[in-house]
Amino acid sequence: MTERSLTDMAGLAARHRAEKRFRWYGIIAITISLGFLAVMVVSIGSRGIGAFSQTRIALSIHFDEAIVDPLGKRNTAELSRSNTNALIRASLNELFGQVQLPSERRALYALVSIGGAYELQAALEKRPNLVGQTKTMWLTASDDVDIFVKKGINPALDPALRRLKPNQISWLESLQQQGQLQRKFNTSFFTNGDSREPEMAGFLGALVGSALSLLVCFAISFPIGVLSAVYLQEYAKKGRLSRIIEVNINNLAAVPSIVFGLLGLFIFINILHLPRSTPLVGGLVLALMTLPTIIIASRAALRAVPPSIREAAIGLGASKTQTTFHHVVPLAMPGMLTGTIIGMAQALGETAPLLMIGMVAFVVDIPTGILETATSLPVQIFLWADSPERAFVERTAAAIMVLLSFLVVMNLAAVLLRRRLERRW
Amino acid sequence: MQTNSILHHGRGKHAKWLEKAVVFLLLVCASLAIFTTIGIVFSLVVEASQFLQKVSIIEFLFGLHWNPQTAIRADQVGSSGQFGVVPLVTGTLLISAIAMTIATPLGLMSAVYLSEYASSKTRSIIKPLLELLAGIPTVVYGFFAALMIAPFIRDTGVGMGFNISSESALAAGIAMGIMIVPLVSSLSDDVMNAVPQALRDAAYALGATQAETIKQVIFPAALPGIAGSLLLATSRAIGETMIVVMAAGLAAKLTANPFEAVTTMTVQIVTLLTGDQEFDSAKTLAAFAIALLLFTITLVLNIIALRIVEHFKEQYD
Repeated sequence: MTERSLTDMAGLAARHRAEKRFRWYGIIAITISLGFLAVMVVSIGSRGIGAFSQTRIALSIHFDEAIVDPLGKRNTAELSRSNTNALIRASLNELFGQVQLPSERRALYALVSIGGAYELQAALEKRPNLVGQTKTMWLTASDDVDIFVKKGINPALDPALRRLKPNQISWLESLQQQGQLQRKFNTSFFTNGDSREPEMAGFLGALVGSALSLLVCFAISFPIGVLSAVYLQEYAKKGRLSRIIEVNINNLAAVPSIVFGLLGLFIFINILHLPRSTPLVGGLVLALMTLPTIIIASRAALRAVPPSIREAAIGLGASKTQTTFHHVVPLAMPGMLTGTIIGMAQALGETAPLLMIGMVAFVVDIPTGILETATSLPVQIFLWADSPERAFVERTAAAIMVLLSFLVVMNLAAVLLRRRLERRW
Repeated sequence: MQTNSILHHGRGKHAKWLEKAVVFLLLVCASLAIFTTIGIVFSLVVEASQFLQKVSIIEFLFGLHWNPQTAIRADQVGSSGQFGVVPLVTGTLLISAIAMTIATPLGLMSAVYLSEYASSKTRSIIKPLLELLAGIPTVVYGFFAALMIAPFIRDTGVGMGFNISSESALAAGIAMGIMIVPLVSSLSDDVMNAVPQALRDAAYALGATQAETIKQVIFPAALPGIAGSLLLATSRAIGETMIVVMAAGLAAKLTANPFEAVTTMTVQIVTLLTGDQEFDSAKTLAAFAIALLLFTITLVLNIIALRIVEHFKEQYD
């Protein structure tokens, strides 16, 4: 008897240790998962933050009438096409008079982005009276200069392999000493469409494309989703048809997203001949994908409305339809909207189906309608991540930050909506 | 009767007609789910059957070589293309297996901790944080896998004297595994919560510790449900596209080595369809054939998983 209880005590201690260990496994599992999340967010954030500033070079530009407006007409359309590149070259030549060899000059001109010329054209178009004047203009520097200013030179790299040659670096240093090389807020990242040149690429085109697709998606999936949920929850008899519909909805929620893309490619583009690469087709595909989410959330919201509401309405003589649409649906609306916002957030992050319907096009112009060629924010991230230029890494990470902040805002809106409008019965 | 029609705003028969119209409209909306499924099956089958007229089904399903380069001109020699899907399926399974190896212990243990140990306050903070992982778009995981996980694995490998390709199955599998953790944990959380409290109480009354109760009573009781949720997660991993497109590579190799680059069914669908080619070329049609296979595999997994989970829940209701 004594012996047995003694071994039991030893066994108990071991069992308690096992208990503690087991609890720790859980904590470790959660720490690993959340640690991964933290590493991902921090590393993307630290890489992306740089893209919100852009190196600019201050040059004193003489808007020579003979070059930009030889006929002296001050026509804005002509000015916006004028040879402003020559102005930049003239200014650089004046600043670095000692550079004479043609190859060296080309290296000098390469410091300023080709976007610099566009910036001058835009300035001229806006203010034609600049012609003949000399003004200091801050022009976008090329991507290599931008990386040099942000990161410095990599001492480990063989100088022959560096993107900037020693003479370019010495010119940049002299510009820096005179305060003509500065990092400024990168407005063009927020206002431009895509570009082959990293320093000119912006996400606005992709963002507008996403917004237009989501608009189409919402216009289709919200009404259809809500009405489907109303049918299944309020009207359907427990029969074969409603069972088939339910199974279908559950299965559709688990179909790989890329398959929806192929459906869109075949039905919308090849059979219905809707225009390829447009937010219209993108929105339609996303709508089919988000429908299950909206239906499932809306049914849950309808289920939460107590039967007493329906009974009271019926008791006062309202018809089934009046009961449903005047009383039950309005009460379930907050829950339905919450589900819809979550569905929209999923649709905003979706990439694969949009690749299938051709929304991977290189789009410089910002789309203005649902029938124009467009891309979307996640697809833009994919395209930039695929680009070989080093400067695109920064922009990819920054675009991810933009996408994630939109998702955070949408999810917060859903949570707040639920808190504010949800009623406890 | 008189009062009734007053309450109906004097519409009487009209209202009855309206009711029927409303029900019909609702039914049409609800059937869209069925039409979507039919549309998916229809488009995949139509295109895949065209493909199978050019390539035999035996060659497609059992061929060991995937090399979809077809001749650009009709008279070109030597590049008829090889459409054996086996290397794509093994690549997909390899990456999914890596993902599940990571997601299963992490997801299950997180679920156990959250449902059995954590206070309701901790739970209310940790659970949404974990679910953030599921809300992050897959293109972000792909970027992270390609830019950070893959170089990290390669450098670690070089440090230990291995030669690891920069696009390895492992990098994609790790990112995918982490993405699936919340799916596994929330599904198995539900399943474990469905185990009746009476079973727990009985185990405690017999003197079992909490860990022993979980391991010896709750796990066995919840096993079918957990298996179902793992199947659902696997089907999600098999159909995942962006992570593998960005991190796994294009080389169709038959290998079980996680340090090598493999390709998957979804990667090939994207590669075949994002170039510019004619719509009825063998390459484009091949994408639909792969998609049909992918759809069938995931559908079978989903149906089995949903059946198991449903059956399991009924058992304890």
